Amino acid sequence: MADWKVVLVDDEEEFVTTLAERLDLRGINVQVATNGEIALRIIENDSPDIVVLDVMMPGLGGLEVLQRIKAINSQIPVILLTGHGSTEQEIETMLESAYDYLMKPLNIDELIKKMQEAINSR
Amino acid sequence: MGINKWISTLTRGLLYYNDENISPIRRHKLRRNMIVLMIVVTIVPITVMAAINYHQYQTELKNETINPLRIMSDKTRHSFELLLEERLSTVKFIASAYRFEELSNTKTLSHILLVLKKEFGGFVDLGVIDDHGIQVSYCGPYELLGKNYSEQSWFQEAQLRGEYVSDVFMGYRKFPHIAVAAQHLSARDKAWTLRATIDTYRFDNLISSMELDPKSDAFLINREGIFQTNSKFYGKILEHCPFLIPQTKHSGTSVIETKDPRGVDVFLAYNHFMEYDYTLVAIKPHSVVLKSWYTLKNKMFFIFIVSIVVIILVIIKLTGILVRQIREAVEKRESALRELEHSHKLSSIGRLAAGVAHEINNPMAIINEKAGLMKDIVEFTPDFKKKAKLLELTESIIQSVERCKTITHRLLGFARRLEVLFEVLDLNKIIKEVIGFLEREALYRKINLNINLADDLPHISSDRGQLQQVFLNILTNAFAAVEDGGQITITTWDNDADTVGVSIRDNGCGMSEDVLHHIFEPFFTTKKGTGTGLGLPITYGIVKKLGGDFKVQSQEREGTTFTVYLLKKPKNEQGG
Repeated sequence: MADWKVVLVDDEEEFVTTLAERLDLRGINVQVATNGEIALRIIENDSPDIVVLDVMMPGLGGLEVLQRIKAINSQIPVILLTGHGSTEQEIETMLESAYDYLMKPLNIDELIKKMQEAINSR
Repeated sequence: MGINKWISTLTRGLLYYNDENISPIRRHKLRRNMIVLMIVVTIVPITVMAAINYHQYQTELKNETINPLRIMSDKTRHSFELLLEERLSTVKFIASAYRFEELSNTKTLSHILLVLKKEFGGFVDLGVIDDHGIQVSYCGPYELLGKNYSEQSWFQEAQLRGEYVSDVFMGYRKFPHIAVAAQHLSARDKAWTLRATIDTYRFDNLISSMELDPKSDAFLINREGIFQTNSKFYGKILEHCPFLIPQTKHSGTSVIETKDPRGVDVFLAYNHFMEYDYTLVAIKPHSVVLKSWYTLKNKMFFIFIVSIVVIILVIIKLTGILVRQIREAVEKRESALRELEHSHKLSSIGRLAAGVAHEINNPMAIINEKAGLMKDIVEFTPDFKKKAKLLELTESIIQSVERCKTITHRLLGFARRLEVLFEVLDLNKIIKEVIGFLEREALYRKINLNINLADDLPHISSDRGQLQQVFLNILTNAFAAVEDGGQITITTWDNDADTVGVSIRDNGCGMSEDVLHHIFEPFFTTKKGTGTGLGLPITYGIVKKLGGDFKVQSQEREGTTFTVYLLKKPKNEQGG
């Protein structure tokens, strides 16, 4: 768990930094990105084990970022965060390239469990 | 134009109703007004026409039947006058042709009487009276020679007018007779009078020549109203006539309508003689004169009544149909409007809910993480004073956030306009799956689940996820409604060619009429504090979206039955 390289992407800084701190407390190494561009740069440079990506972001949207991540490295699992009611069809489209999705507000234990699954499934 | 305007004002006043609230009472009024209006505009003209026709026909027919009576009466009077004139002329001729001396001779007188009897008939006696009123010669059945007539009125009248015709009297052998007298006037002689008595059988001949029908009568009366001939119905000769005949001066026949002593309505034709004090009276009962009129009247009346009855029946029937159609149209429109309104309400509430949920969700996520971090920090810090208290507080915050999450997610779920994914499904299987979620609760609360699933239930084409939500929502409500140990019955059946039915019945608390009216409205809830008021609106929305139908029956304290009808095939696939 401690050697995971996790990238956390969300435009809501308060949310993302707090979540990062909590994961850090649990010994998970997290890199935070508050927009799509930063996230893509980190992923290109660092090649993380997993990406947790918010779908709703200003500028470069979550789904766009997802496509680009897959273009960079299709092996990196991505867990999507959705804050609102996406239609099932949207979710299904997302799940074609993402590993799974979670609804905000999150349950941290659930997130860690999902990440574990995703990394193990690689 | 004026009439047109007037009519439209009238009809609007009577018939116009704001059709948005056409209550049974107003419908009843509308129906009544329509019937009254239609009856008035049809029956009033018909009645007026009938009345005019009635009057017209009556007058025409009366004239037509009275005229012959009038003509016959005129003719008969004329014959009477001719007869009397002739007799009087004969007597006058004899009085002029002979001298007093000649007629004073009884022999000559009897010869003349003989000739008169032979040539004219009806002459009974003949006598000569001198200027003192003394009968100087007489030839006839009585012994009247030497009788003094000077005080008698007829003699005085004969003296005065030169001639005289008497009323009828009972004479020889009790036969009715009249007396005719003429005065002989000459410059040389004294005035004298010749008097003849004539029987009146010729009068009867004249009356019978009128050829009256058996119910009619005709007779002669004098100025005092005494019968001069026998009447069939009203009295014998010399009796008093029961009718009061007006004494008019004009000649010709007058006809009046009156009642005879028997109470029969009659036409009475009377005809005063010009020269003599007689009146010819002819009487015909209405029934005879107006026989054809009565027949016509009855026919007219029959046709009138039948038409009125037919018109009224048709109007009532027609109005019933019309009002029913209006009501159906109004109801159809109302229900369409209600549905539209409902879906508008749902969609606008949905948009609002989605907006609110979305805006709240992000701060919620932050609160969740901050509280989570607080909890983490407290947990990772070694024991300190009030650690337990802090943990409890943060846990409470996290749980509240969890509750908010449930609400926002339901709101979002409600707002979502989900595309329906059709697949062929075994409805029984879906219901079993849903029951699976609730089995533990049923076991724990000792709720008896009665499951009657039809074995031959055909597979349907529908959306699995949404159907699960529908049945989960209904079953959750049923579980909330029943007491521990209650009963819930789930039944499926093949409803008809197009639909299958699912009913979920509970014996729980039920709902009042008032609650029942609101259960499909978003945010209406009876579960204070625990319900979002979205379960049934979502369920209703899904069933409608899938093209199905949704029914609720409920009785307070007895339970509720939700029935869902689902299409076997989606609408656009049917028949295509």
